[in-house]
Amino acid sequence: MINEITIIGGYDKHGEKEPVKNISISKGEIFGVVGPTGSGKSSLIGDIEQLAQKDTFSKRKILVNNEEPSYEDRTNPRKKMVAQLSQNMNFLADMSVGDFLNLHAKCRGASDKCVNSVIKLANTLTGEPIKKEHELTILSGGQSRALMVADVAIISDSPIVLIDEIENAGIRKHDALKVLSGHGKIVMVVTHDPVLALMTDKRIVMKSGGMQKVVSTTPHEKKISKQLNKIDELMLSLREKVRNGELVEDIELNLEI
Amino acid sequence: MRMVIVAGTPGSGKTAVLIHALKSLNVMNLKSSVVKIDCLYTDDDQKFAKIGVPTKIGLSMDMCPDHYAIYNIEDMIGWAEENESDFLIVETAGLCHRCAPYTMNCLGVCVIDATSGPNTPLKVGPFLSTADIAAITKGDMISQAEREIFRERVYEVNPNCKIIEANGLSGQGCMELAEEMTKSKEVSLDNEELRHSAPLAVCTLCVGETKVNKKYHRGILRRIDGFQDYEGE
Repeated sequence: MINEITIIGGYDKHGEKEPVKNISISKGEIFGVVGPTGSGKSSLIGDIEQLAQKDTFSKRKILVNNEEPSYEDRTNPRKKMVAQLSQNMNFLADMSVGDFLNLHAKCRGASDKCVNSVIKLANTLTGEPIKKEHELTILSGGQSRALMVADVAIISDSPIVLIDEIENAGIRKHDALKVLSGHGKIVMVVTHDPVLALMTDKRIVMKSGGMQKVVSTTPHEKKISKQLNKIDELMLSLREKVRNGELVEDIELNLEI
Repeated sequence: MRMVIVAGTPGSGKTAVLIHALKSLNVMNLKSSVVKIDCLYTDDDQKFAKIGVPTKIGLSMDMCPDHYAIYNIEDMIGWAEENESDFLIVETAGLCHRCAPYTMNCLGVCVIDATSGPNTPLKVGPFLSTADIAAITKGDMISQAEREIFRERVYEVNPNCKIIEANGLSGQGCMELAEEMTKSKEVSLDNEELRHSAPLAVCTLCVGETKVNKKYHRGILRRIDGFQDYEGE
């Protein structure tokens, strides 16, 4: 049972100690990771995925329930406590969707019945449907991303979920986030999107490879978050119209909550 | 002295991973000597020189670089002993998957690139299946699912190896590799034996025939339909 993970700070890109020395994330919390491109967001996520023990660039150390995880816990996919949706937009494996999911289910010790549910879920997130017999490498960016989301949600079902930029793939990001951040999990989302950033409980601010500070989402921001959601819904509906070849004649935006 | 033989395809990150591991050995006050085997050219010796490790280059030219490495192991061991090294590290050229230049008492390390696709472990043969350590590199460039499948495939080919997820850029996993090196067996030249025989190579091509037409070829010839013939006297 994982109740908490702790990140013990290391060093930034210039070899300086990072300002945030220690941060714990508890079960049920959603954390954002924000900062300019190249500020080290993905590296932070990478450190947690590997449950780093001062053996990466940053020399960070990750504790689980205040203890060092064992080598076995860090490496055996059947025991793995971390599911990660990385930034990769495409698959490199030359096999069919069905074979790939079957193999991955086997690796994670999941039932092969998962395969159909993964494809079904992926198809709720993307436009053109994915089929079992499709080759992985011919999937579009959006299809690949949707399949990765569904795979992480169903096959890699783990107590810690790391999400690296869900917004730039043309998939329904809210639905994807909902699918991934199941009940009672520890969730971290790397994002440039204020809609997602304000949905989190706290956010870690990154700069030149180091954790600069941790900002808690204020009640005021929570309110703004709801308004942003309305704008986002409007953008989504407009996007669907344009995609389907319809004309945009009017927009209705009511920010009252 | 202990001997570490590192095999792996070109570009998989053998040198980068080794450099991080050897730095860790330096920190433990353990001395290593490196022999880099290649065919025509290498400048890897300069990289090893930068971290203060004595390095020798062996260029096999038109001979098979793995066979060349095997013939020269005795000299390499002698040279590393002169240097009073705790470790002799042999980095192979990594051109052929059929040969595994690992000997019984060495630590056999196979460096394999995760972006080469999940079928690669099934294709490569003894240099993976007879290794003690499979160091999987470039895992940060693929999705977690692909990484896990790749790992599973490595175990299918070599269930007894230890997998280290290594990163030649950040040095991730290389400290673990260095620790495995310290746990390996002492090399003993008189009893040293290959783990896997070198592939069959006794035909006219081996001695320099360049014509393609079948009638010019003699020796042990395997045909594409699976039949094997001996042509000759």
